[in-house]
Amino acid sequence: MPCEELMTLAAEIAAADAPEPSGPRPWDLDAIRRDFPILNQQVNGAPLAYLDNAATAQKPTAVIESIADFYRHDNANVHRAVHALAERATLAYEGARERVRGWINARSVSEVVFLRGTTEAINLIAHGLGQGWSAGDRVVLTQMEHHANIVPWQLLRERAGIDIAVLPINDAGELDLAGLPRLLAPPTRLLALTHVSNVLGTVNPIADIVHIAHEHGVPVLVDGAQAMAHQRVDVQALDCDFYCFSGHKMFGPTGIGVLYGRQAHLAALPPWQGGGEMIRRVTFERVRFADPPQRFEAGTQDFAGAVGLAAAIDYLDNLDQGALARHEQSLLRYAVERLDAVPGLRLIGRAAHRAPVLSFLVDGVHAHDMGTLLDRKGVAVRTGHHCAMPLMDFYGVPATTRASLAFYNTRDEIDRLADAIDYARGVLA
Amino acid sequence: MSNELDDLYQEIILDHNRHPANFRSMVDAHRTVEADNPLCGDRLTLYLKLDDDGEHIADLSFQGSGCAISVASASLLTQRLKGATVAEAEALFETMRGVLTGVIDAADTTEALGGLAALAGVRRYPMRVKCATLSWHALKAALGAEDAADSVSTE
Ligand SMILES: Cc1ncc(COP(=O)(O)O)c(C=O)c1O
Repeated sequence: MPCEELMTLAAEIAAADAPEPSGPRPWDLDAIRRDFPILNQQVNGAPLAYLDNAATAQKPTAVIESIADFYRHDNANVHRAVHALAERATLAYEGARERVRGWINARSVSEVVFLRGTTEAINLIAHGLGQGWSAGDRVVLTQMEHHANIVPWQLLRERAGIDIAVLPINDAGELDLAGLPRLLAPPTRLLALTHVSNVLGTVNPIADIVHIAHEHGVPVLVDGAQAMAHQRVDVQALDCDFYCFSGHKMFGPTGIGVLYGRQAHLAALPPWQGGGEMIRRVTFERVRFADPPQRFEAGTQDFAGAVGLAAAIDYLDNLDQGALARHEQSLLRYAVERLDAVPGLRLIGRAAHRAPVLSFLVDGVHAHDMGTLLDRKGVAVRTGHHCAMPLMDFYGVPATTRASLAFYNTRDEIDRLADAIDYARGVLA
Repeated sequence: MSNELDDLYQEIILDHNRHPANFRSMVDAHRTVEADNPLCGDRLTLYLKLDDDGEHIADLSFQGSGCAISVASASLLTQRLKGATVAEAEALFETMRGVLTGVIDAADTTEALGGLAALAGVRRYPMRVKCATLSWHALKAALGAEDAADSVSTE
């Protein structure tokens, strides 16, 4: 059976099998924390306070078990054989694609490409779009991008001589949209920007920005790596052209991520890698490529990872999204209040609309010492430049400490963070 | 504070971080080496001046910014090697590299190390080893041939 038909069939089966929405479970933080076994441990004699969620989020038992179950019962290569396990594995993989499609509200499963993650998705787009660009064509980025949305364009600049323009930000860490229309004038071919900043937490007004870009005829790629853990994303409502995200940052496994692309855009893109599964017909004289998404899924994919990602979506879907957002915002407000009370602490980024990510510097305590000393108290944070060196340069700082929260974090953990910062100040004073 | 941490942030390290020795630039240095660790943003400049005989280190100083471990390491380095011979400095570089990466047991070399032994605790924190070795790599470059690199980077 051709891949497309199989994909459609699997999507139909998955849609038919989907449990009737029963309404979210009541918001119970203790119960939620019990779903994440890793949170229940001691680090250096203190309970773990995991505040490094922007780097990677922890996984609920449901995700861990879904992967183990797949390997225990259903594992076989997808799309390749007609035996029972192969059919089950293929249905599971294509079912996961349908689950992703529904979660982000893509129009069709053919708009959902499974890749390794956000980084690979952006590289694929830079590589593919770049083949049709000429020297002098321009991509517009922003000052707050992760290196994953900078370096692929620099590689393209080296290869094809394109230009890179940068949309500035203000001190609060918000995009300065006044300058956007000017940057969107020809020869701009694409605007590529992050939905949520991994350093500042800033949530960018993507729908508004896309609207402006489209008025100028410029398509928009959104780096959604940091958004998926905090809010439900609807790609049709955003009206973006590409949306990239990573499973591991949304409570799913590592090694799997998604490129959403509008059908017409994906259909126009050349292949990314060559190999099995991405072809229609191969002779030594010529090859005909498969349609999207298979065109971009050469070789054996991380189908177990896709199954785990679908389980993570099931888990998120079962949470009360309103309660989740209220909890996160209340944690954020409390954390800002506690950190603002620490003498000599400077918070970087004060956007009006932001996710619970807090980057800061403390007088007399270098970020690396801070990271080690907080760890002594069981508090896990990230320190360094967070793969956003141009943003660090904007604020004139070499490194920050970053606490990034998820819905399973507690006020008590914020208190422990603040206390541990005081402890670090005491040691180095 | 637990013992393990004492190993990393010993009082001598904290003191050198608060009041680094030889923390100044040097206009008449023979060699000036910039060292940086882009991953943590640590950046320092090491200045070296040799005696007329070219065999002794007449003066050694540094400037820059970094974490407590990198600042203390640079401070201890300059204090220890001022007046030493180039050969001694080269030998100490090898010893320190061994100690900081855990290849050499600090307990076997306490005599040679003196105050530098306080840095040995870093070997238990693999992510922090580069903080401690940064100034030593700068030293190694400064002792190299005239046309050797005048910047080093640890990543
Ligand atoms: C904003 C942003 N974009 C892209 C990435 C890259 O994601 P991945 O490493 O999963 O490809 C990250 C991860 O750190 C991120 O925070």
